[in-house]
Amino acid sequence: MTHYDHVDVQESDFSIQNEYEMLRENNQQDGAIVFFTGLVRDFNQGSNVTGLYLEHYPAMTQKALKTIISQARSRWPISRVRLVHRVGQLNLSDQIVFVGISSPHRESAFEACMFIMDYLKNQAPFWKKENTMTGQTWVSAAEKDKLAMNKWQ
Amino acid sequence: MIKVLFFAQLRELLKTNEIILDKIQACSIEELKKSIISTHPQWAVHLTNHAIMTSVNQTLVSSDHIVKANDEVAFFPPVTGG
Repeated sequence: MTHYDHVDVQESDFSIQNEYEMLRENNQQDGAIVFFTGLVRDFNQGSNVTGLYLEHYPAMTQKALKTIISQARSRWPISRVRLVHRVGQLNLSDQIVFVGISSPHRESAFEACMFIMDYLKNQAPFWKKENTMTGQTWVSAAEKDKLAMNKWQ
Repeated sequence: MIKVLFFAQLRELLKTNEIILDKIQACSIEELKKSIISTHPQWAVHLTNHAIMTSVNQTLVSSDHIVKANDEVAFFPPVTGG
């Protein structure tokens, strides 16, 4: 079994195709790849969002993300995991996050992908500050994200 | 010595991203907050907000965690990545 975790925290954009190919290449054991991409949308807590700034805690971010991935590995037989999260200034429809997982069967990949996103939303040290027509506003954590994580416990 | 970092909205509210505490003995996160508030009383309202999250040496901890010399503590609002 080829098990590896690849975690990138970066300002630059990422290529879904490259990420997907890295999950697929030289991989004859896995019958499933599931991935999720999160994007900047134009309407959130502040109306008419024009973009956002993503702050993080550089010394902690990678560690927190790898901890979440290892928790997923302890629950599902997944093979490769690739996680990319962007920081800095982002514009509408920009890609924010990618989580891709390969596994022998689809069920594990689907569930592990959701689990990683649900934990990332609650435990990885990122903060969004939205730009709107009327100024900048810190995004508040959503109750639904907490409930989404708690359902795995 | 204990280094204490603040992030995001909390950093803006406190107008500080880092403080160094020289004379702190091993204590819980709750006690550490009280000690910080004793020298920065204007921060009380923000640091006692129950939603504030805490990490010690880059790992999330609860308020009864014991901090010790040379730890890096960080306080921050609920995270909103993804």
